[in-house]
Amino acid sequence: MTTPSVEREIDARSSFCPGPLMELIRAIRESDPGTTIAVLSKDPGSRTDIPAWTAKAGHELVAVEEQGDHARFIVRKAS
Amino acid sequence: MPAEIVVLGGGVGGTLTANLLAKALPRSEARVRLVDATGRHVYQPGWLYQALDQADSRWLSKDLRRLLRDDIELVVDTARGIDAEHKRLFLERAGQVEYDYLVVATGARLDRAAIPGLAEATHDFYSGHGAQRLREALRTFDGGTIAVGVAGMPYKCPPAPVEFALLLDEYLRKRGVRDRTRIRFLSPLNRAFTIESASKLVEPVFARQGIELHTFVNIEKVDAPDRKLFSLEGEEFEFDLAVLVPPHTGAQVVLDAGIGDRGGWLPTDPETLRVKGYPDLFAIGDATDLPISKSGSTAHFEAPVIVEQIAARVEGRDPDPVKSRYKGKVTCFLEVGGRKATMLVFDYEHPPDPPKPSVVWHAAKWAFNRAYWFTVPKGRI
Repeated sequence: MTTPSVEREIDARSSFCPGPLMELIRAIRESDPGTTIAVLSKDPGSRTDIPAWTAKAGHELVAVEEQGDHARFIVRKAS
Repeated sequence: MPAEIVVLGGGVGGTLTANLLAKALPRSEARVRLVDATGRHVYQPGWLYQALDQADSRWLSKDLRRLLRDDIELVVDTARGIDAEHKRLFLERAGQVEYDYLVVATGARLDRAAIPGLAEATHDFYSGHGAQRLREALRTFDGGTIAVGVAGMPYKCPPAPVEFALLLDEYLRKRGVRDRTRIRFLSPLNRAFTIESASKLVEPVFARQGIELHTFVNIEKVDAPDRKLFSLEGEEFEFDLAVLVPPHTGAQVVLDAGIGDRGGWLPTDPETLRVKGYPDLFAIGDATDLPISKSGSTAHFEAPVIVEQIAARVEGRDPDPVKSRYKGKVTCFLEVGGRKATMLVFDYEHPPDPPKPSVVWHAAKWAFNRAYWFTVPKGRI
């Protein structure tokens, strides 16, 4: 399996609900359409919040990678 | 030479920290100065009630001098700069002030300009002026759609918009206009507010009272002439009256000093409350970047920790291992309408498990509101 290429990575592991989602929203606002963004989160709430928000906002959840004590969510901003 | 301690900001955190520091350290060991731009202390939770015609603005602010111990010097001046490397503060009138320890209690600033159309077309209860304006708008409101929501995270007092929606429902029923009013609650999250257990308690009350909950609504812009809100998620909401918590940032002086993060919040150690990289600089309350509620209650529980940290340093001893560590404790009331409230108690490790709403917690909240001036800023509870 190849890891998708990411243009921007946000380490939100020290941030708890709803911090990682809010960090992703901030990055989406600041990025150009088509940008791929990764968010690292330790918060279990992110596993439901981030995919649900991404779907509602019309962006693409490219992958969710389990990385030990945290997860890495890769999201591509809609064009 | 006594240690020079400066507290910047006269809100809950600043006032309480200054009073506790002056109590802990004799004048021969420390000079405590509190710098505040207005010289007045405001009880901000009262704005919610002011907007809904339940409190008078005169009750909500007091001369800071009357709340401070006599041995604290009050400096009414505006901070224009902080040089954390050289431990200097720059005040508009007094100029340069050197310190040994600085406690930054500058709170949060409202940034209404961050969302186009917000200032022109919406109301809020996050300032005295805003609450007064909203009160006048509500007095003449005669039906239509009211949008209540949050236009930026983080914001002060996370339960406040939920409380406002529920108390608004009650207010409109009393005025006889609820049956021709649609209340829409717009949350940036996938629930009513940040705390999951409390959201579970609130959401059925919303449903029972006919308050529509719309989730994942992150407001991007407001069309003032057409009275429409647009979300980042692609939805639009029409309104006749919109009550939105404005986006918050840290204080301008923190942003200008380059010691905050992008939002102007100070990177703060979650236990010692030291600003990272600066051993003699502390942050309290809304000014920190901690992932907990921005509320007076947070500052209330943080103040004794900072006092122990500084007092131990001044006295040349080790800090008390328990008193010098903040564990994230916050307690707050949550009004649910019908003269009922619940209580949220939590810390870094333990989410709240709110009791069933009751008249007892509502009475406790009002007793607290009334007792505030005699207790919290003076360190009596």
